[in-house]
Amino acid sequence: MALYLSKSGKFLPHFITKMSSLGMINLSSLGSCLSQNPPLLTEDGRTSYAAPGNDPTHFVCRRFGSVKADKLASISTNADSQLLNFPGGVVKFTPELKFLSDAPEERIHCYRVLDESGHLLTSDFVEIDKDIAVRMYKEMVMLQTVDTIFYEAQRQGRISFYVTAMGEEAINIASAAALSMDDFVFPQYREAGVLLWRGFGLQDLANQCFGNIGDNCKGRQMPAHYGSKKHNYFTVASTVATQIPHAVGAAYSLKMEGRDACTITYFGDGGTSTGDFHAAMNFAAVLEAPVILFCRNNGWAISTPVSDQFRSDGIVVRGQAYGIRGIRVDGNDALAVFSAVHTARKMAISESRPVLIEALTYRAGHHSTSDDSSKYRPIEEIEWWRAAQDPVGRFRKWLEMQGWWSCESDTELRGWARQEVLNAIQVAEKAEKPGLREIFTDVYDVPPSNLRDQEKSLRQTVQRHQRDYPHFQF
Amino acid sequence: MAATILHGVGATTALSSINYNNSRRSLPERKRTSLVIQCDGSLSSGLNISNNRGAKLSTNAVATKQENVTASTTSKPGHELLLFEALREGLEEEMERDPHVCVMGEDVGHYGGSYKVTKGLADKYGDLRVLDTPIAENSFTGMGIGAAMTGLRPIVEGMNMGFLLLAFNQISNNCGMLHYTSGGQFKIPIVIRGPGGVGRQLGAEHSQRLESYFQSIPGIQMVACSTPYNAKGLMKAAIRSDNPVILFEHVLLYNLKERIPDEEYVLSLEEAEMVRPGKHVTVLTYSRMRYHVMQAAKTLVNKGYDPEVIDIRSLKPFDLHTIGNSVKKTHHVLIVEECMRTGGIGASLTASINEHFHDYLDAPIVCLSSQDVPTPYAGALEEWTVVQPAQIVAAVEQLCQ
Repeated sequence: MALYLSKSGKFLPHFITKMSSLGMINLSSLGSCLSQNPPLLTEDGRTSYAAPGNDPTHFVCRRFGSVKADKLASISTNADSQLLNFPGGVVKFTPELKFLSDAPEERIHCYRVLDESGHLLTSDFVEIDKDIAVRMYKEMVMLQTVDTIFYEAQRQGRISFYVTAMGEEAINIASAAALSMDDFVFPQYREAGVLLWRGFGLQDLANQCFGNIGDNCKGRQMPAHYGSKKHNYFTVASTVATQIPHAVGAAYSLKMEGRDACTITYFGDGGTSTGDFHAAMNFAAVLEAPVILFCRNNGWAISTPVSDQFRSDGIVVRGQAYGIRGIRVDGNDALAVFSAVHTARKMAISESRPVLIEALTYRAGHHSTSDDSSKYRPIEEIEWWRAAQDPVGRFRKWLEMQGWWSCESDTELRGWARQEVLNAIQVAEKAEKPGLREIFTDVYDVPPSNLRDQEKSLRQTVQRHQRDYPHFQF
Repeated sequence: MAATILHGVGATTALSSINYNNSRRSLPERKRTSLVIQCDGSLSSGLNISNNRGAKLSTNAVATKQENVTASTTSKPGHELLLFEALREGLEEEMERDPHVCVMGEDVGHYGGSYKVTKGLADKYGDLRVLDTPIAENSFTGMGIGAAMTGLRPIVEGMNMGFLLLAFNQISNNCGMLHYTSGGQFKIPIVIRGPGGVGRQLGAEHSQRLESYFQSIPGIQMVACSTPYNAKGLMKAAIRSDNPVILFEHVLLYNLKERIPDEEYVLSLEEAEMVRPGKHVTVLTYSRMRYHVMQAAKTLVNKGYDPEVIDIRSLKPFDLHTIGNSVKKTHHVLIVEECMRTGGIGASLTASINEHFHDYLDAPIVCLSSQDVPTPYAGALEEWTVVQPAQIVAAVEQLCQ
């Protein structure tokens, strides 16, 4: 973007020239600018200028919301000279040549409610009643079961690909439980649990993974790339972090409509390196959009550990850099995640602001079925996290202490869950695949002539060479 | 092919002036007459050997659009405006009509847009509905997609089309795909628009022809406007469409003046525009090259040729119906574009016409494009990278031999 400064120099007092060197003033029209609308200092110290004439070749000052008159003289005649109202706000001066440290003295503390044995560490959490708690546990177990069996199915060659959420069951279920069905979810790909919580059935999951006619995505996406408009869960795209600006845009539409809902978007530690993350964070802050930005910091982006991904103290510190409130939580603690999301949601909606949540956790499984993480990290490490920090086990211990769950219930639940998942897979496996027609529908609202021609041509080819297309469905 | 002698008398056109920035020349002011040109462009002359229809004498090198003339002379007089104002008018009418329509882009709010297409809209509709974005094309295009998926109808403005290269990921992988990959559950009624094409010494980075790069993306539609009339009509159609539409404007055409109807009208996104019916050669073009072609047409008419000029307008998909009918009539095709030779709209159009209408062609299709070079800054060099009327005249003469 080019900056065109007017050349019709109307030279005004010294402070104007000083300001113009900051690129904020159009010299030629400042005269008219000052006479009609003097440069103003807003209440919070931001400088604002009314837009002068409509000459597109001049760089025009931006005008923000409210415009309150204040003392112009304070810019140049401040006897104190200890502060200056720069563009962007008042800043105090310091005589010390001192750089900000690259890291805080201590890492930002991590909010935790339950310890590994399921004991409560604090009373500062959002209470949940027995029904919700038990349901949460059941869904966490179901998610674990789904992940285990679908992973096995891929290994057996029954589906081509799968992504598990091992180790992140608390993040999935607890965050989903803290939201309302009206909130829009923009997932990355490790959030199938959120969809399960919202009522997406096992059969629907299986249908999508097998890409059969029951798949509501009509066989168009890879397994685990779920999407359901009914459940306000936006279709997973393989591209990293592209969902973050989508979420901000959706929050913008909620804000326009003044609805009592927010959006939430999930992304990993790797996703925070992308340009989309940066710009979406920035934009959410500027726009004051009601969006919860949930980072699942599980330590690994395929084989890249976080130490190679960024050098900041995780993700939570970045919130302040953008002007966004943030919190770091123990991602393996269902109660902590629930409390954080519940509170963040209230903030996002009532104050119309974005909130950043960094959930520290560990990716207990491989990146996907195309990955073998034992190649780049020690098996002992994986095993330790799976056992000692298992979010499902921890929550169960707490439930048992409440008297809301028992060993027998657990065995029964797991047996039932396994059977349900196996059934769903068997049904999905046998179902028909979508027909040829579905290659060409939904590219546009109505297939245009070129697509209609291409479909006709493909049908003719298949019909002519039926032997070469034995599995073909019409 | 016999030459037909025509008398070019005070050509009628809907355009009254073309102002380029720092223009070294401008086309002469043209007066409106009340002659109506038939769409079949019938010609007559005693020297016409091949065609003896003995119909009306074609007195104009440039045909007026049938509807335009009817609208202007028989019903209301219409109103005159510049192309960027026509775009704004279309935009404003749609924003008035549907509260879900919103605009986002850099400097579109209080500044009114770098080409003033959104001037005044922020004052009228507020700075949330006409939203200024930070400099992050990929992200605000992504924002637009997210907003579109949740019920809004955003219009994303790229300050220059070239900047949308930064948004390619979102446009290709999400905008074009999400309707399909979601099984039709989420639609993306977004309009992505902005000025592109070669301007006046704006340098290579600001002279991109993005239609070349975007044309392959499945799921999107592309249209290019060239007159105030079709600019407004296409803008409205794009906003109303449930598909993602990319609307290409041209940096040098924003100050074109034309009289357009007062009544509301919406054009079809998939139709080409018959600019000048003829019978010797089908000249296919779009955007700014339309004017170079029409200038060449004036010369050609004086030399006795009768070119049929079609502004294809719809870049994806092509209006093969209109184009096909023309090819069947003239049997010669010349494509004039601003894209580069490799991989441009002309390349695709050539392939498409060859595929569908090969039997009707008496000669290979000729395509005049810019060279495969970044656009140089120096004025003369820049001029030589853009197809000029003289080249078009020469090409037609050669084609019609």
